[in-house]
This record gives sequence, C-alpha cells and structure tokens, in this order.
Amino acid sequence: MSGVKVAKKIDIRGLVCPYTFVKSKLAIETMEVGEVLEILLDYEEALSSIPNSMRDHGHTVLEVDKVSEGQWIIQVRKDRD
Amino acid sequence: MDFNEEQLLRYSRHIILPEVGGKGQSRIQKARVFMVGAGGLGSPVGYYLSAAGIGTLGIVDNDRVEISNLQRQIAHSMNTLGKYKGDSAKATFEALNPDVRVIPIKERLSKDNILDLIHDYDIVVDGSDNFPTRYLVNDACVLTGKPLVSGAILRFEGQVTTIVPGKGHCYRCLFEEPPPPGLVPSCQEAGVLGALPGVIGGLQALEVLKLVLGKGEPLAGKLLIFDALKTTFRTVRVPRNPNCPVCGSNPTITELQDYSQDVCSL
Repeated sequence: MSGVKVAKKIDIRGLVCPYTFVKSKLAIETMEVGEVLEILLDYEEALSSIPNSMRDHGHTVLEVDKVSEGQWIIQVRKDRD
Repeated sequence: MDFNEEQLLRYSRHIILPEVGGKGQSRIQKARVFMVGAGGLGSPVGYYLSAAGIGTLGIVDNDRVEISNLQRQIAHSMNTLGKYKGDSAKATFEALNPDVRVIPIKERLSKDNILDLIHDYDIVVDGSDNFPTRYLVNDACVLTGKPLVSGAILRFEGQVTTIVPGKGHCYRCLFEEPPPPGLVPSCQEAGVLGALPGVIGGLQALEVLKLVLGKGEPLAGKLLIFDALKTTFRTVRVPRNPNCPVCGSNPTITELQDYSQDVCSL
C-alpha cells in the first residue's frame, strides 16, 4: 500500500460494470485536481476496466491492491478536470 | 450533481463519456429547450432530447394529429389521432422519460407572442414547415441573442444550421427574405420521404446537446445539406452578411414582423 493521502473513499461493493465506473467517475468529478480517490470493490472485471477508463479520462492509477479474498482497492489521482 | 439510482442507470452511457460526465448530465437536466413544431422534425428532436434527460421541453404547435402525419411524425400514433400534437408528443416523451417536463403550447407563433414564449428558454429548435415562421423565429432569436438550431426537409433533401447570435450567420444572411408564396413547393405538394426527418431531426438534437454541453463545434457559420437519394452530406460555409437586415452592422429590422403565407402541414 502506498502512503499517499486519500481525499475521498467510496465503497462500490455489489456493483457491476458499467456502474462501477459510473460511481467512480461521479466521485472523482467532485474532487480537486491532484487529490486521490480510493475505491473499494468486489467486482473483479472492474480491476482492469476502471483503471483503463480512468487513464482514458486522463487520470493516474496509483494502486490496485487486494485487501481480502474477493475485495480490492484502487487508488486514482485526479489529473484533469 | 445528485442522481437517484434510476438516473444513474438511465444516464450511465452519458456519464461515462469524458465530454459529458455527471457535470454534463446535470447541465442537460437543467437545460430548457423551446421547440417550434411537433411534426416530422420535432418528433425526433423531442424524442432524443427527452431520452437524453433535457430538463424542460416547450413545444409550440397548434395542429392536431392526422393519419397523414404518421408516415414520418414518430411522436404520434393511432392512439393520438385528433389530439393536439403538443399533447400527443408530451405523452410519448414523458412515457420514455418521466424526468422530462414537457410543456405543450397550443398557439400559432406570431410577432405578438413569440418573445414571451421563448423568454424562459435557453435554446430554440426550429422544425417548422413554413417560411413565415422560419423568419419570425430567426428574427426573434437574433433580437434576443438565443441560439437557434434550424432544420428543414423537403422530398429527399434536408438542411441543418445552427445560429449562434454574435458568432456567425443568421437565417437572413443565407436568404434575406422569404421566397414569394408558391415558389418553393410545400411538402404537401412535393412530398417527403418518411425517414428523412429522422436524420435531420437527429442532427438537430445533437446540435442542441453540444450547445448545452459546450462541447464540439456547432454548425455556426455553416449549412449542412443532406441528400438522401445519394446519401451524401455536404457542409457549406455561410459567412455573416455585414449588411444583413437583422444581424448586420446597421440592421433595418429592429422589431418583429409577420409574413402571411399559406402553410402546409409538414
């Protein structure tokens, strides 16, 4: 786990694509450039789709970590408004 | 930027677009669009704007649904024959998306009511079927500084242009005066292929959404011409006419006027 300061955390466990990204995107839109969003999820496909979409939107994916069986966190730094 | 769960699902394909997002969707939901006509063009324009979640849709039309409309006016149906087109369209659009507020206005546009009617709206969409209305709507939008997305169809050809006052041309820069009555045949005389308004109205709906979102390049200073028989799109540049009687440097039209002309039901 990185030691970056997380500005906002969301729990999207139970959601599937594309709503995993919809929720993540709505969250990051409310944040300032430079801040880090932490997403807690349990939908494995989103481990690649959320980072891909976030990069596509111009943000930086800092971490994708398994926190327990079937649960992961993704940290994304907002790089663009 | 608060969406309920149903809205999250409904607008998810918008929200995931980088150019739209939650902020853009909120702009769409706050937008107020005034449509002139609920006929061939107004049907697809209103349908897609409703699907997109446009906040308020004012529709002026004082015609009633006839069976000869149904070959192209997809907002109406056998169930709404004889009803006012605004009421018929409202039922269709609100069935598609209950978020949208549709306000039917059963009046004929004239120089005496148009300014009041468009006052509370952000964008005007012209899908009218006659030149007097087309010029009246143009002049009203230029005089009030409201963007106007204008569409027209006849036979197999359609045209779209977006008039953004202060940025580019207006309808009178293109054609200074309406043609004399009878010169341009009406659709009643000339016919129109039923799917053509779907193409032109779809383009008009896109222009409206781009204006609302502030994304892309609207057809300002340009006229798009679609030939359905050849399936070709052509875009011609339309410079602003410095001597235009309404948007030129020394306008001669400073108040609205009505032209009288027989109209057909597009």
